[in-house]
Amino acid sequence: MRLGKVVGKVWATVKDPQLAAVKLALMEVVDENQTGTGKILIAADTIGAGDGDLVFWVSGGEAVRAFPDKNIPSDVTIVGLVDHLNVSAS
Amino acid sequence: MELGRVEGTIVSTAKVDRLHGQKLMLINLVNPDIKPTSNYVVAVDSVGAGKGEIVLVVRGSSARQTQSMQNVPTDASIIAIVDSVELKGKILYNKAKG
Repeated sequence: MRLGKVVGKVWATVKDPQLAAVKLALMEVVDENQTGTGKILIAADTIGAGDGDLVFWVSGGEAVRAFPDKNIPSDVTIVGLVDHLNVSAS
Repeated sequence: MELGRVEGTIVSTAKVDRLHGQKLMLINLVNPDIKPTSNYVVAVDSVGAGKGEIVLVVRGSSARQTQSMQNVPTDASIIAIVDSVELKGKILYNKAKG
């Protein structure tokens, strides 16, 4: 899993039926210091993240299995919202 | 997933059996502001996208997860036609406005 920051949204009416009611977020990949890398991806959002939220996400085949009841055709899926990031300054 | 613009269709007669009946599209991957990049991908279309439309492309094994794509040997699929893209509160693309 990696960290990302939600920076926007994508709307699509015509989409694969398995993606119906799945929110699509524009997400920038960030490093461990939450600094943006400039890489922006479109992610399936399972948790209802909003603009500016720090999230963690899965890629590849794992992104398919984020929902308990269905497989979705996604290669980038947001699976959690970061409440706190505790990094010891050593 | 990545954003792309449908640049054209691919016609192929000699192809593996499991690709028969699938529409193949040439996609130019674009940035969120719909500016073109130098990356192209050939994708199977499951949603009926047309030339010039902005679409969502999914890659890897996830590209085979749609109902119509089970056992199709593809690593890139078009899974949605994009209506609009919003980045940091600004609408960067709106299909209705072109």
